[in-house]
Amino acid sequence: MTDILMPALSPTMEEGTLAKWHVKVGDKVASGDVIAEIETDKATMEVEAVDEGVIEALLVAEGTEEVKVNSVIARLAGGVGAVAAPEPAPSMDPNPQPASRAEAKGDPVRAAVASSTVPAVVLRDPELPEGVSLVKVTVRDALRDAMAEEMRRDPDVFLMGEEVAQYQGAYKVSRGLLDEFGPKRVIDTPITEHGFAGLGVGAAMAGLKPIIEFMTFNFAMQAIDHVINSAAKTLYMSGGQIKCSIVFRGPNGAAARVGAQHSQDYGSWYAHVPGLKVLAPYDSADAKGLMKAAIRDPNPVVFLEHEMLYGQEFDVPEGIDWVVPIGKAKIRREGTGVTLVAYSRMVGFCLQAAEKLAEEGIEAEVIDLRTLRPMDTETIVNSVKKTNRLVTVEEGWGPMGVGAYICAKVVEDAFDYLDAPPARVHQEDVPLPYAANLEVLSMPSVDKIVAAAKAVSYR
Amino acid sequence: MARGQTTAAQRKSGGAGGKSAPTREELLEYYREMLLIRRFEERAGQLYGMGLIGGFCHLYIGQEAIAVGVQAAKRAGDQMITGYRDHGHMLVCGMDPREVMAELTGRSGGSSRGKGGSMHMFSTEAAFYGGHGIVGAQVSLGTGLALANAYRGDGKVSWAFYGDGAANQGQVYESFNMAQVWKLPIVYVIENNEYAMGTAIDRSSSETKLHKRGVSFNIPGEEVDGMDVTAVKAAATRAAEHCRTGNGPYILEMKTYRYRGHSMSDPAKYRTREEVDEVRKTRDPIEHVEDLLEKAGWADEAVLKAIDAEVKRIVADSAEFARTSPEPDPSELYTNVYTEVQA
Repeated sequence: MTDILMPALSPTMEEGTLAKWHVKVGDKVASGDVIAEIETDKATMEVEAVDEGVIEALLVAEGTEEVKVNSVIARLAGGVGAVAAPEPAPSMDPNPQPASRAEAKGDPVRAAVASSTVPAVVLRDPELPEGVSLVKVTVRDALRDAMAEEMRRDPDVFLMGEEVAQYQGAYKVSRGLLDEFGPKRVIDTPITEHGFAGLGVGAAMAGLKPIIEFMTFNFAMQAIDHVINSAAKTLYMSGGQIKCSIVFRGPNGAAARVGAQHSQDYGSWYAHVPGLKVLAPYDSADAKGLMKAAIRDPNPVVFLEHEMLYGQEFDVPEGIDWVVPIGKAKIRREGTGVTLVAYSRMVGFCLQAAEKLAEEGIEAEVIDLRTLRPMDTETIVNSVKKTNRLVTVEEGWGPMGVGAYICAKVVEDAFDYLDAPPARVHQEDVPLPYAANLEVLSMPSVDKIVAAAKAVSYR
Repeated sequence: MARGQTTAAQRKSGGAGGKSAPTREELLEYYREMLLIRRFEERAGQLYGMGLIGGFCHLYIGQEAIAVGVQAAKRAGDQMITGYRDHGHMLVCGMDPREVMAELTGRSGGSSRGKGGSMHMFSTEAAFYGGHGIVGAQVSLGTGLALANAYRGDGKVSWAFYGDGAANQGQVYESFNMAQVWKLPIVYVIENNEYAMGTAIDRSSSETKLHKRGVSFNIPGEEVDGMDVTAVKAAATRAAEHCRTGNGPYILEMKTYRYRGHSMSDPAKYRTREEVDEVRKTRDPIEHVEDLLEKAGWADEAVLKAIDAEVKRIVADSAEFARTSPEPDPSELYTNVYTEVQA
């Protein structure tokens, strides 16, 4: 007897919908036969039998949602293999449940990192207007909603990138936009980052407001010349004549097990450049509100998203024109013991670390930068004046990084308030390894943040 | 290649393909525009030698017929974009020679208020979009201008100029591909002056007939005698018609020659003095227009002298303005980094 397991469609998939069974109990199947279809919000896939035999039981009903990856969905009688999980596509992580795996192995570091992919802390957003109702929206859909609202509002706004239209977005962020706005405003490009980034900047110079999607910011390195030399500098070089209202957006940073070339955090790269604004939101409300602000902004904006956050749900204000100001950090958790500063996915890690620190009597203040440039260093400095201790957290490398800049600003502006040298948590100074254990060792983790916070607290 | 040895394609460009023979007024206008560029550039070279112009300065001398001929075929609103050898294009677009020269000297009266320099000037009014220092960047950007034209359906054509050096940049072909897939109204004007900085075209390019570079993208291209302003205008007119009727991009390879070095600091050791002299003697674009005027019996010496004098006066006035315009106020250091967000 062979168990057939729920496969993963991507390295980050944790659950999916069993959309359709193509077999029933008693059917004979051979290796390669399609037995089921599964879906996530990002993709659909056919499940093939990898062994021959007779279907003995279908354990999950057609249409069932939230079926956990690696749970048993059917049993095959007569199979010879001990385990016959349907094989995911070659690029997919064959072990997509790091949490259970890590816990099973009793590896505390790995378990901490894995479990921290789920936000444990949900805080009320202090900026919400009174009387506005909140709805749970994934970061993915919040970004889509923001683009759709702005495209309805301004006919000069259009979306261009690889697979944004017919495919509905490589990560399904642009799902539904082609249907509503048509191919003139939702444009599939060839795989040609340098070229379409240049076209986007040219169109922006002519007065349109393009949103350029990079499938990931790793691929934007082919295009970084246009982001910096053409988009960021031309206003200055033209003495203020040529404006460039454009958003460059896409996932940034490390997903899971996708290797060194697909896992880089470009926050410090872009935040280095005058003329650019650089945003890196954490939750859905900020993703939506900052995306709307970015599209309306008359300057080039680099909008760093995170694949690991796309599927997470957070509250978003409903029924109002929700625009979050660029350049303002947000205190996600108040505390007096130590200041933790982060952006994007690392904000969630810091909130978890803060809970752990609280158990040990250290009340951490967690600052979500939201905008990397222009950076709200005032909020950081004011926090450090209160806590006297600073830990910065980023997925990027340490040297010349975002944390390095924050430390410099705090030393400049609040030197006398520091009771300990600041600490930086960042990716280890290596290309991100593929091996699961090395990847965990390389990335920031909740435990690393806790350790750093205790170190600056002399605990 | 001397004039009179032109290829069939070139003859076609300048001859049968042209809608009509140029009028006296047109030829005199070409003469005036080309002479303005040449005298302007000669003066810029002088100012550079005097230390008034710094950094890079790439002169357009020898290539004047291209910018002038294309301008004659352009319609109002059509955009022009080019690389760093851009002074001539700005002058034909109608930018004020004072502002261009003052930008070269880095003064507050410059078109970018001194913050751009020789390679970075722009004018939304004249639909001139730079002035770009990264070789080939203007090709993608120009294609983006064409994307905006198609998006708006406004009938404008984007004219992107680049050299034989930029023709080997990858983004040129990325742009070709998208322009043809989306039928964007853009004319790619290749100014083939035979040298990419100091590298002769046959040392850098496996296919030196650059108008053929669109073949695998199904973009038509033709070779044009870029030293003959009437041939340039005729070819540009055909290209614009192709774009405006929804057929997508068009490539014009302008065969030309640059008399000066790549930039002011280039001693031009990669070619002989004789080669340059031969072109000047036999293919000079300004002398060609003088010949045409003479053959037509229109070369009234008094008229030409008056034009020469007017051009000299404009250039002298520009140089004086560029010399005396004050440097930018220190407060300009931090302006124009961002556009203010309207509340």
